[in-house]
Amino acid sequence: MLTITQAGEQSTSPTKKVELIAIFEKFGVFLFLLLLIAFFQLQNERFLSIRNILNILSDVSIYGILSVGMTFVILTSGIDLSIGSLLAFGSMCGAVAVKSWPGLSATGFSWLVALGISLTVGSAAGYLQGKAITRLRVPAFIVTLGGMTLWRGATLMLSNGSPVSGFDNSYRWWGRGDVLGLPSLVLVSMIVASLGLIILRYTCFGRHVYAVGDNPEAARLSGLDVDGILITVYAIMGCLTGLAGFILSARLSSAEAVAGEGYELRVIASVVIGGTSLFGGLGGIIGTIVGTLLIGVLLNGLVIMNVSAYSQQVIIGIIIVLAVAFDTFAKSRRGRAVGK
Amino acid sequence: MLVEAGIPPTPVPLLDVRGVSKSFPGVTALNEIGFALAAGEVHALLGENGAGKSTLLKILSGAQYQDSGTIKFAGKLLGRESPLERQRLGIVTVYQEFNLMPNLSVAENILIGREPTKFRFVDWKAMYRKAHEVAQRLDLMVDPRTPVAALSVAEQQLVEIAKAINLQAKLIILDEPTAALSNREVAHLHKLVQALKRQNIAFIYVTHRLDEVPAICDRFTVLRDGKFTGSGDPRHCAPDDIIRMMVGRDLEPSSTRRLAVQRSSETVLQVVNFTRTKKLPSAPAIMLRSMSLELRRGEILGLAGLVGAGRTELVRAIFGIDPIESGQLFLDGKAILIRSPRDAVRRGIAMVPEDRKKQGLFLNQSIRHNLSVSNLPKLFHLKYFVDRGAENRLIERFRQSLQIRMPSSETPVRTLSGGNQQKIILARCLALSPKILLVDEPTRGIDVGAKAEVHNLLRQLAATGTAVLVISSELPELLSLCSRIYTVKEGRITGQMAVEEASEEKLMTLMTLAPSERHTHAVID
Repeated sequence: MLTITQAGEQSTSPTKKVELIAIFEKFGVFLFLLLLIAFFQLQNERFLSIRNILNILSDVSIYGILSVGMTFVILTSGIDLSIGSLLAFGSMCGAVAVKSWPGLSATGFSWLVALGISLTVGSAAGYLQGKAITRLRVPAFIVTLGGMTLWRGATLMLSNGSPVSGFDNSYRWWGRGDVLGLPSLVLVSMIVASLGLIILRYTCFGRHVYAVGDNPEAARLSGLDVDGILITVYAIMGCLTGLAGFILSARLSSAEAVAGEGYELRVIASVVIGGTSLFGGLGGIIGTIVGTLLIGVLLNGLVIMNVSAYSQQVIIGIIIVLAVAFDTFAKSRRGRAVGK
Repeated sequence: MLVEAGIPPTPVPLLDVRGVSKSFPGVTALNEIGFALAAGEVHALLGENGAGKSTLLKILSGAQYQDSGTIKFAGKLLGRESPLERQRLGIVTVYQEFNLMPNLSVAENILIGREPTKFRFVDWKAMYRKAHEVAQRLDLMVDPRTPVAALSVAEQQLVEIAKAINLQAKLIILDEPTAALSNREVAHLHKLVQALKRQNIAFIYVTHRLDEVPAICDRFTVLRDGKFTGSGDPRHCAPDDIIRMMVGRDLEPSSTRRLAVQRSSETVLQVVNFTRTKKLPSAPAIMLRSMSLELRRGEILGLAGLVGAGRTELVRAIFGIDPIESGQLFLDGKAILIRSPRDAVRRGIAMVPEDRKKQGLFLNQSIRHNLSVSNLPKLFHLKYFVDRGAENRLIERFRQSLQIRMPSSETPVRTLSGGNQQKIILARCLALSPKILLVDEPTRGIDVGAKAEVHNLLRQLAATGTAVLVISSELPELLSLCSRIYTVKEGRITGQMAVEEASEEKLMTLMTLAPSERHTHAVID
């Protein structure tokens, strides 16, 4: 009898209190974001000035690009811890190539070379990690934990530990330029987020990502190429990591061997706060955008309020744990509805 | 019509449920339910899915509480005890999905929470001895040191019952205990229940298999739509009457053997000498020993065997889920290689797996997602995008033809009843227009009405030329559905017969008694 619950029973089992939780589950993070914005605006009226808004958006853009990829990964109930290191490696490869090609800067296409290399390196690394996860059956956590050290080491080898800097204007435009007042990196992250949204919602591949995350065994028996889907997901993550690395180097006007350290945790936090379940199969890009903005707004607001960097970390940490606790709670509630 | 005779209720019943109601917003799950149960009584609780049995069980075990009404257990009025407190009182529930720790040993599972200790440390010797004693009482012939994961489903169930006995249970609630058991295992369970009954332990026995009710139950109670619709002594009540109480209408007799058996000689799929002797890392060691069969166009072929005999494993190997060491597969006379379910689907083979929730469904995804997932490549336009229009037409087509009851196509499938969930998986397979459909336990755990619908669907499908291979633990199901039946025992095909020659006894003999290993030549058709 367990297999089946009475349709009537479940659709109606939520009491009023539980319905509130369901609403909170759906819009809670968004409401929390609005509350935060209102709170900071009351503290300082310049919080919602155009300048500060663009500031926040620029600050979160690189995390945003990574979060889109991470949403794919986490939807398959995977994880990618290597992105911080891979970001540094991708951008370093691009930067070193540009620097060692005399006369390239003069053509004004150094950015294209760097971007191309960064994307290729990122995608290839993601593909390899995906292969290791699916073919060698090593958990994603372990493979990408290895990747985290591996790509960092490779970056240090490539650069001998020193930054590579001094790019021409066309390169720097990607981090510092703007289109009609909108910072170029904000524009890029918006395009990436839109593509992610379209892929997840309207394509077969997107549907398959959800299916694999929800029940890999059922996905395999339904005739899906589960391994292929997972490899593609990690390659997408790698590709976006390459993009983020390129943009970061353009923004800093320098490719640093230590770039991106700790990014993976903030990115995973954004995705999870945005409601994508670590258990896979539930969530999406909209939530991720909200989650990314939430961390950005919080950090920016705390800085404006002169909260010390140390306390900021404490606050962010608490919020991450609460978000995951809520995810687990929501899952057990769903589980109970099925009568497990 | 109701027979109120049978065992006269003892003056002080062990369990006395009176006027219990429970409603959730918008629906009354239980409406003034009453029944009583004496110590040492086996009481069947019957009803279609959605009748309220689950809710009643949850209320008895303490997972939920009634809105009104009283429950007395052993003379005491029950209040709001937690499931754990109810267990201490002596009410233990064995759910269909077991609550065992797969990596811990049998002994640890049986004695969990009450391990014998010596100087505050676990006394392992005493633990294994105690577990061994309990296991022997149940005829559970396993080393108490074995991890539970290595046991068969039936053995795991016995571990659960052993746990209950160790808790000094006075009332054991068995939720569909025989749904996943083979006939031999069912017989063993029945014997066990009878033995425990003599030790004055009472049972509430939830089952969909009406044939077993008269065999072991003293009384039955039927629920429909949350209401009490009848009770009596199963030995004095015709099964048809019980079914009428359950469904509130007469069912078209499910025993009508296929209306028009397609007698086709055109072989679609030929399995030759499938062999696997090594253990798979993922699965229990069930071997395939040179298994061969052929499946013809437009027929429903049955595969009968005990759980663990190799029937599911054979079908999994055909579908490319598990590898084989040797053997050949011919599709329409041509040798083919199937390395993965994906290959199989591409060749026009679809499969309805054994375990709906674990292997079939994407529980959190919508009906839409679940239905079209295999078929998506056919539903795209602009190469990559899902064609919502075509998808909607597909959903509508199957909603009508399969009578899937759903609020909307966006509802998550976890909220559907088992019968409707099964239909979603069937619809997903049918959407592929398969040449061959492999179905493992098509009606496990679904109610009588949905069962008849699934049967009709399979018959219609065969009538349109699809070759259907059905595995079932219920022999009557195979006998009413199939035109030919193969029997499987210990990884071998032990017999093959047309349904006209078949009977439960014959099949059972081939499934349990056919000679194994050394002298099989005589029997293999």
